[in-house]
Amino acid sequence: MRYGDKTAVDALDLRVERNTITAVLGPNGAGKTTTLETCEGYRRPQAGTVRVLGLDPIKDRRDLLPRIGVMLQGSGAWSGARAMEMLNHIAKLHAHPLDTAMLADRLGLHDCGKTPYRRLSGGQQQRLGLAMAVVGRPEVVFVDEPTAGMDPLARRTTWELLTELRDDGVTVVLTTHYMDEAERLADHIHIIDHGQMIASGTPLELTRGGTATIRLVVTKPFPDGAPASLQAALGPQVEVTPISDVSLLVTGPADHTTLATVARWCEEQGVLPESLNLGQRNLEDVFLEITGRELEA
Amino acid sequence: MSGTFTPMPGSAPLLRQVAAQSVMEARLMLRNGEQLLLAVVIPVIVLVGGVEAAKHVDFGLDQRPIDALTPGVLALAVMSTAFTSLAIATGFERRYGVIKRLGASPLPRFGLLAGKIGALFMVELFQVAVLSAVAFAMGWDPHAGFETVLLGLEALLLGTAAFASLGLLVAGVLRAEATLAAANLIYLLLMAGGAVVLPASAYGGAEHVLPWLPSGALGEAMRGALIHGDCYGQQQVILLGWAVLGTVLTARSFRWE
Repeated sequence: MRYGDKTAVDALDLRVERNTITAVLGPNGAGKTTTLETCEGYRRPQAGTVRVLGLDPIKDRRDLLPRIGVMLQGSGAWSGARAMEMLNHIAKLHAHPLDTAMLADRLGLHDCGKTPYRRLSGGQQQRLGLAMAVVGRPEVVFVDEPTAGMDPLARRTTWELLTELRDDGVTVVLTTHYMDEAERLADHIHIIDHGQMIASGTPLELTRGGTATIRLVVTKPFPDGAPASLQAALGPQVEVTPISDVSLLVTGPADHTTLATVARWCEEQGVLPESLNLGQRNLEDVFLEITGRELEA
Repeated sequence: MSGTFTPMPGSAPLLRQVAAQSVMEARLMLRNGEQLLLAVVIPVIVLVGGVEAAKHVDFGLDQRPIDALTPGVLALAVMSTAFTSLAIATGFERRYGVIKRLGASPLPRFGLLAGKIGALFMVELFQVAVLSAVAFAMGWDPHAGFETVLLGLEALLLGTAAFASLGLLVAGVLRAEATLAAANLIYLLLMAGGAVVLPASAYGGAEHVLPWLPSGALGEAMRGALIHGDCYGQQQVILLGWAVLGTVLTARSFRWE
C-alpha cells in the first residue's frame, strides 16, 4: 500500500481468527488505519490479497458491507443530526438492527440523544461511532482507535462492550496505540511499525520471557558489600544495581530461582524485605526492545 | 449462541433504505436555518416584493404581476433547493466524512443518490405548497386545467435534474467552504440576472441568450406551463441538455471523500 513514494503498509501478513478480539498495535503513522481501510474496501491494495469473511473487499463489496461494522476515526455523521437520530438512521439501513435505545443505554449515550452531533463531546462522538458500527449486528467489526481521547469511565464502558461482542460471537478488529488497551482487551496482538509486522501473538506469548525487574526495599540499611554478594549469589546473567542503602534493583529473568536466591540472601544478610516488586515485561518493553523507540512518542 | 450481539447481518430492502435516506436528508435540510431561508423565506419575499414593486415600476409584464411572477418564483424555489441547498449539504457531507461512513453501510452509492433526489422532491413539495398558498392568497389565477399541473410538474422535474447535476458538480470538486460561497453566489447572480423570476423579455438585449441558461429555461418552462398551459418544447430540451452535461461532468469529477 503506497501513497506517492511513501510505502504505508508493505508485505503485511496478518490473519484474524473468528470470534476473537484482535488488536493492531503500533505508533501513530505505523499504517494501522491504512490496514483497516484496506479490509473495509476503502483502499485497493497495489499488491497482495485481502479477504474478509472469504470475500474480496473491493469486488464483493456489496455482499461484504452488510456483514461488517465500521467505526471510522473521527466524525462520519451530519453535524446537525441528533445523536439518536443518527443511530436510528444507520439502524434503518439494516435488516435486523439492535434495539437502538438499549445500545445507547449500554454506551452511556442516553443523556445526549437529542444533542446535535457537533455539540457532542469527543468521547460521546466516539461512542456514537461505535454504536453505529455494531447496530447492524455484524459478524466482524473494525474499530479504528476506539478509545482515543476518552475519559477512563467511557474507556471501560467501551472495553466491556467490545468484550461482550466477542463473547456473543462477533469478531473484533481494533487498532490502538495504547499498549494497555491491547494487553487487557485483545486475544491476539499484531504489533506493526513502518507498515510492517514486527511481532505477533497472544499478550502472554509476547510478554513472556525476556528481562524483568525485581525492586527490593528492606527495613534497615544493607551491610557493607551487600550488592556484590547478591551479584555473586545470582550469577552473571542477572544484574544487581544499588539504588540507595535500603533498596536495589535486580534485572534479569524473574524466575523461581532468582526469587528464591534473593529471599535466601535476605535471610543470610539478616535484612527483612519491606517490599519486593516484580516488574513484568509489558508490550511497551517489547516494542522498545524490537524498535529501540518508545511506543507513545 | 443467543447473546445480545449475536451476529444477524443483513441489508434492509433497498426501497426502505432509500426512503430512510430521503426523509433524513429532507429533515436535515429543513432544520437548517440558512437552508430554510433559501427555500421559503427568500422566494416569499421576492413574490410579495415583486408584486408590490410592479405597482410602481413597469417590468413590461403582459399579465397581472401576481400571475406573471408566481411561476418564476416557483422556478426560483426549485433552483434554490436543487442547486444551492444540495451543493452545500453535499459539500459538508464530504467534509465531515458522512459520505465515507455511509459508504461502509448497506446503502449503495446509487441508493445514496436516489435518497438525495427523494429529499429534493420532498423539500420542493413543501416549497410549492407554501408558495402556492401565498400566491393564491394574493389572488393568483393560473391557467386552468389538469395539463397545467402536469406541465408544471414536468418543468419541476427537468429543472431539478439540471440544477441537481450542476450542484453536485460544484460540491464534488470544490472544498466545503468554497462550495458554500460558489453555490450562494451563483444563486444570487441567476436570481438577479438569469431570467428566472422575470421573463427573458424583461432583460432587453439579453432576451435571446438568457433562455439558454438553466435558470432562464426553467423560468420560461414554468411560465409556459402556468400562464399558458403550454409546453413549447425548447426549454425542456435545454434543461435536459444541462442535466446530461452536468451528469457527465459530475460522473467524471466527483470525489466521494
